[in-house]
Amino acid sequence: MSIDLKTIKHISKLARISVDEKRAEKLAGDLNSIFDFIEKLNELKTDNVEPLTSIAETTLKLRSDEVKSKNIREQIIKNSPQDNEDYFVVPKVIE
Amino acid sequence: MSDITKQSLTNLVENIRNKKLSSTDVTKAFIDRSEKSENLNAYITNDFTSALDKAKKFDQKPNLDLKLPGIPMAVKDLFCTKDIKTTAGSKILNNFIPTYESTVTENIWNEGAILLGKLNCDEFAMGSSNETSFFGNVQNPIDRNLVPGGSSGGSASAVAGQLTPVTIGTDTGGSIRQPASFTGIVGLKPTYGSCSRYGIVAFASSLDQAGPMAQNVKDCALLHEVISSYDPKDSTSIDFKRNHYSKELTNNIKGKKIGIPKEYSVDGMPKEIEDLWLKGIQYIKDCGAETIDISLPNTSYALPTYYIVAPAEASSNLARYDGVKYGFRAKGENLIDMYEKTRSEGFGAEVQRRIMIGTYVLSSGYYDAYYLKAQKVRKLIKNDFDEAYKKVDAILTPSTPSSAFKIGEKTNDPVSMYLNDIFTVPANLAGLPGISIPAGHDSKGYPLGLQIIGKAFDEQNILNIAYAMEEKINFKNKITDWWIK
Repeated sequence: MSIDLKTIKHISKLARISVDEKRAEKLAGDLNSIFDFIEKLNELKTDNVEPLTSIAETTLKLRSDEVKSKNIREQIIKNSPQDNEDYFVVPKVIE
Repeated sequence: MSDITKQSLTNLVENIRNKKLSSTDVTKAFIDRSEKSENLNAYITNDFTSALDKAKKFDQKPNLDLKLPGIPMAVKDLFCTKDIKTTAGSKILNNFIPTYESTVTENIWNEGAILLGKLNCDEFAMGSSNETSFFGNVQNPIDRNLVPGGSSGGSASAVAGQLTPVTIGTDTGGSIRQPASFTGIVGLKPTYGSCSRYGIVAFASSLDQAGPMAQNVKDCALLHEVISSYDPKDSTSIDFKRNHYSKELTNNIKGKKIGIPKEYSVDGMPKEIEDLWLKGIQYIKDCGAETIDISLPNTSYALPTYYIVAPAEASSNLARYDGVKYGFRAKGENLIDMYEKTRSEGFGAEVQRRIMIGTYVLSSGYYDAYYLKAQKVRKLIKNDFDEAYKKVDAILTPSTPSSAFKIGEKTNDPVSMYLNDIFTVPANLAGLPGISIPAGHDSKGYPLGLQIIGKAFDEQNILNIAYAMEEKINFKNKITDWWIK
């Protein structure tokens, strides 16, 4: 198989990572060599194998839904890349 | 005592308990050596001033019943530490200050230890040489311009270089065991679910585990005992009866059956590694245990499986870094443009590569061919171990297919870099505990490790085997202090 530039552009859109032409070419090369390596899995017949979806063979425990961290709003907002006292700010979405 | 930093954790605890040393003495000694060791680039952030304050406070009213009384410790910068910058080795988290503490580090501080600082690592723990860190390469104390391994490279370098008595790392595909092997120290990846993942920057959630790194097996057992706990805040944390691993440690492994899997003898493996493995088999026999040839037929499929599962989970976990709520933000013309530029400028090349692989294998039309296929092969790999453990108590393999390599040697070829983890990845896929212990040197004098893989929740057993072997191996790390200013 071969991953072409068009596919790289498509994946980078899905992944929300902007990629210029030069990087796209490098990524295509890298991904092709990695997928060549991954293709080895096709040697195995797995039609009747159950997929392993969780390694921990336990059922999820229930707990009561209680608020444990209180009054940390300010601290959390402080990590926001754009200063604002009350909200997370993003570029304008609605014209 | 001028040789404080040379002492094992066990000795330091004893010396603090019987008042031969104060926490301040010990903390000062490690700060002093860390400050002279800038050339290793092991730290991303130091917290020395506050560490010394905490040590003084500890000495005023010492609680000597704690397991780590007044012991200073630096930790991998993948663990969230409240009010202390946590970067995961990434530009995108360059200014992130957590508002909470990871459970594993909280367990450590609750037992009396004191944070020295945050240690360098591959970006988001994605790497096998610490070269993907935004904060630069880490030097291996063994030799100049040698990688310390990764992703817990700063952690390995700091323990081997005696900048911290012990430390914790994380292991998704070998990130504790491989750097431990490269730097001549002991590293344990616990059973999946043994240590809480709460507050650890996520890479691949079905594989990630935190674990101890130390100069010897006993120290490793003690630290493991502290960090392993059931935690309701991690839905995959498992509630089982945990041992007093250090107290129950014994070198009596008579009658234990150790499996030697023939598939780990891979093409192109250096003779030195083969010889080391044979020596390991002899040590096992010298300890009165028995070795049995076993087969893990799907071993060669582990790495390709890992390179689907881990990037898939990573692409999903790292979707949260969008420049909105925390971390780095690039300027964009609109919201989407801001996301795309933030992630393009904020993530390094290896992280972007893995997000792209993960996005691709999960994308419409490819999910069954890759992700589902990998989950099925993962099941086969786990079945191999289940089958083997009907006959044996543990499995002995080399830790890595080579000794540490030079900085820059493998950066241009991702697949050759990935091959570093060929012996460590299977334990992650099967959720099993594995420990790497230093077992010898290659012709260049670089350390080589052996790995013992155990049954799930059987950490005590592999620690015991490691402890017994350690005594026979009598490994001495060759540290010359070449980097000291």
